[in-house]
Amino acid sequence: MSPLELLLQQLINAVSIGSLYALMAIGLAMVFGILRLINFAHGDLIMVGSYVALLAQLLGLPFVAAAAAGVAASTVAGLAMERVAYRPLRGAHEIAMLLTSFSVTIFLENLAIILFRPTSRPFPAPAVLRSVIEMGRLRVAGLDLIAIAVAAVLLLALTLFVRRTNIGIAMRAASQDLLAARLVGINVNRVIATAFAIGSLMAGVVGLLWSARVGKVDPLMGFNPVLKAFVASVIGGLGSLPGAVIGAYVLGGLEILLQGLLPAGLTAYRDAFVFAVLIALLLFRPNGILGASEREKI
Amino acid sequence: MAMKPAEEGQPRLLARLAGPVVLLALLAVLLAGAALFAGDYIQRIVIVIGINVILVVSLNLSNGFTGVFSLGHVGFMAIGAYTAALLTLPVSLKAVNLPNLPGWLGRLVLSFLPATLIGGLLAMAVAFLVGLSLMRLKGAYISVATLGFLVIVQVILINWDQVTRGARTFAGVPPHSTIWNVWIWAALSVYLVWRLGSSAFGRAMRAGRDNEIAALSLGISVIRSRLLAFCLSAFLTGVAGSLWAHFITSFSPKSFYFVQTFNVITMLVIGGLGSVSGSVIGVFLITVFSELLRNAERGFDLGALHVPPIYGASQILMAIMFVLVIVFRPAGIMGGRELDLRALLRRLARQGRKKEAE
Repeated sequence: MSPLELLLQQLINAVSIGSLYALMAIGLAMVFGILRLINFAHGDLIMVGSYVALLAQLLGLPFVAAAAAGVAASTVAGLAMERVAYRPLRGAHEIAMLLTSFSVTIFLENLAIILFRPTSRPFPAPAVLRSVIEMGRLRVAGLDLIAIAVAAVLLLALTLFVRRTNIGIAMRAASQDLLAARLVGINVNRVIATAFAIGSLMAGVVGLLWSARVGKVDPLMGFNPVLKAFVASVIGGLGSLPGAVIGAYVLGGLEILLQGLLPAGLTAYRDAFVFAVLIALLLFRPNGILGASEREKI
Repeated sequence: MAMKPAEEGQPRLLARLAGPVVLLALLAVLLAGAALFAGDYIQRIVIVIGINVILVVSLNLSNGFTGVFSLGHVGFMAIGAYTAALLTLPVSLKAVNLPNLPGWLGRLVLSFLPATLIGGLLAMAVAFLVGLSLMRLKGAYISVATLGFLVIVQVILINWDQVTRGARTFAGVPPHSTIWNVWIWAALSVYLVWRLGSSAFGRAMRAGRDNEIAALSLGISVIRSRLLAFCLSAFLTGVAGSLWAHFITSFSPKSFYFVQTFNVITMLVIGGLGSVSGSVIGVFLITVFSELLRNAERGFDLGALHVPPIYGASQILMAIMFVLVIVFRPAGIMGGRELDLRALLRRLARQGRKKEAE
């Protein structure tokens, strides 16, 4: 392969993995923006959606119907999470909320272990998702292109939603100032539920793409994606939607770059380098790339 | 611990020492009882409680007193555990299990105390390097960044095959931990953190936690006090890691990850952030409770009813309990206050007198 082709190939890889991170990071960022809650359990929505999609396929449903069922299950699980665990904590300290989300994670993962056994199960995906398209000497996985396209559509839809619809505008208002939003008559509960629903729906979509990519599902599968989505949203600036998307693509690029540049003995340490970069970045931009520096008022 | 007027200080020295001495004597009697008469199982639980006391009390120093909510402390525990275990592992075992170890390390065998101290010091050195940058961050950013540190440690442990055996079990660590050496460290940690918490330095830490700007305007270097607390806390956590390694004798990187982090934090939060006595109470309650749950999880017979084993159920119950505590008693059992035996006795006496008067 010529250097240009190699670059193009790696660029596609970076954008594809970045797209998955972006869809995850959006969900984290939306909820953090409004509630200042870092929802660690967001990763487990991936797991819930994937298992439901798997079950539906085992019951004989066609893939499209199973996928819809999986995404719906993620959404319902996200809404239930908000209602049961997070709503009683409205206004609590952000650390208390973070710890609660850890509990939700422990709860869901162990529930999955009890229900489905701790071992992984194969995740069947239709041929389209497993196809490889050859363009000249480039080999592009169909799944990568689908991930990029799906992310583009969803991100565009989200942009229109938060700019054009009443509830979207209310959501932005709530993330600027929850109290003021309430004062002008915004139904905060509805706004928060909507944020959870959208984030969970995207997590469900990521779950399908992720499971198809690795070909299996297991109860702890949400752990790594949510960590990466964290990094992405912190790089971009916690709570900022455009920041989360930018952070996600930066992270995708960084991972592919490290994969390519690290000497063979060190590629296994890639994730350690990723987090080291995160810590270094926070040193210079403590609020991420787009995060407004919050000045405390006295 | 309440502040006392200066003139009371000197003559009351004996009286002031009386409390800790009585407590220590009581603890020693209890431990001796456990060491002499209790069965193996109870003795193991007593050791686990001692190690958890060190872990939680030292975490409280950072998370409770300075408000730097670290999620990465288990990483320091891992550093202490692997370092000390590498130093005490017999040469013959090193040759078999870790053939690619650098020569000097392969031949070096230290006794328990120096190995533990080196483990703690190494954890502290790493905490200093990491803390230089992390201590500048605020609130949730610190939590995420320290979680990142935990991941870094995990990745290194899994991949540094020649030193850590990678993801495989690190086995054959000599069982040096006893009720006595564990509880001496535990008592030391409690005393150290308690004294520190009630010193001017401890008040500076709390001031920085409660209002950073006000603390800065009083001339307190918030970052320095956070960093000192973080380093000291990492040292004690590293020591606890070594004690744990020489208690459990075989472990793998998995032992030092998310589940352990959550366990320690549960004890800390349920006991009450910022309260040393709360930490100790939290450790007792949660260790005993989770031990009971773990036994129940294996299945049991209740009269005619046979309950089958459900692995994972104990974790679920703990998680539910944790959320309930955060919702209904967010400050934990002690709510940042300390258990003050004398104040408690005085209050009881007052109530007694009141009853007599009636």
